[in-house]
Amino acid sequence: MKRFKDIEHLVRLAALFVTGVLVFLIARVELVPATFGALGHYRAAAIDDVRARPLVHAGQAACAECHVDVVELRARARHKGIACESCHGPLAAHANGTTDAKPARPVATPLCTHCHAANTGKPKRYPTVDIREHAGGESCVTCHKPHDPRIL
Amino acid sequence: MDRTRRDFLILGGKMFVMTSVAAAALEHVIAGTPEKADSYRTADHWWAMLIDVEKCIGSGHCVRACKLENNVVDEPFYFRTWVERYHVDPLDMDHPAVDSPDGGIGGFPETYPDGRSRGKTFFVPKMCNHCADSPCTQVCPVGATFRTNDGVVLIDKEYCLGCRYCVQACPYGCRYIDPRTNTADKCTLCYHRITRGLPPACCEACPTGARQIADLKNPQDPVHEFLRGHQIQILKPQMATGAKVYYNGLDGSVR
Repeated sequence: MKRFKDIEHLVRLAALFVTGVLVFLIARVELVPATFGALGHYRAAAIDDVRARPLVHAGQAACAECHVDVVELRARARHKGIACESCHGPLAAHANGTTDAKPARPVATPLCTHCHAANTGKPKRYPTVDIREHAGGESCVTCHKPHDPRIL
Repeated sequence: MDRTRRDFLILGGKMFVMTSVAAAALEHVIAGTPEKADSYRTADHWWAMLIDVEKCIGSGHCVRACKLENNVVDEPFYFRTWVERYHVDPLDMDHPAVDSPDGGIGGFPETYPDGRSRGKTFFVPKMCNHCADSPCTQVCPVGATFRTNDGVVLIDKEYCLGCRYCVQACPYGCRYIDPRTNTADKCTLCYHRITRGLPPACCEACPTGARQIADLKNPQDPVHEFLRGHQIQILKPQMATGAKVYYNGLDGSVR
């Protein structure tokens, strides 16, 4: 006695199922990025993409490597805690020496007033001035040297 | 047949060695070139940010430095970090007046136009909180945003669909869609800098030291001493996001 008649139906079904599984597996290999899931539910190589970004700010240590005189001058001054690139702008290109990216001299008064203009929100102990009353139209650097702002 | 058992064993041994060498070589090829010698190990770090509200002067240095360092779109409504100015009126402490002209990129006007004299005013720098349990990574349908093992929430810009779920999910409003790529974008905690031992651009540029990067897994980090001696708050603790931007001197009115 034949246990299953028309067994080819089952064979066809099985073949269809196997094909489906194969298509799924191939599609998965093709579509899922290489490092996806290596560290979690994300593409692990994305971390390297983010890390590969070039520096724009060189960092204080890079500035201090060459500009020893300014570092020494500032070591005694009230502005000692401020990084060079805070006022001079990002200078990684200059620090790498790959280009002639020479820093532009910052324009004094607008830069100074970013921090030192009297402002409602500034902490009480922070030194601020009403710039019109304090200097009139005079530039800040007439009296104050930015690296060591004491009046000598 | 003149092949002895000895010959057969030698031949078999050779084949075994060759196969394993070939397998090892193949594995090497599949794995690709080993990444360049790199002393940075994610397991050794757990990054956070310390913001001292009492030191912030609203100069906008952080906002400018961040835009330049990370090539953020110039228009004044795309920010990875920005500064808000809070004015709290003592008669209505629950409803502080907040302004942030162009994200504070050019500093703040010297006075309020209506000349507010009552109450107090202070600055609150804001940025991605790099939450340990961040809502933004949980809603991403494709796994294009994630928290690394060293506690930084990043975006895979190649994999992001630009569906904007994460922009809505962030309770701190730290994400935006980059109009150039149509993908989500936000603060990376300057991951390219901190993994090279440099502070993020905002911390580098801050003239008063109001922003400090902190590696909580580094016992030498001065953050531990600071945390011992100060009362620290995070933003929206009720959201249970595990936010890692720690504010010192934060007023209760800040949302």
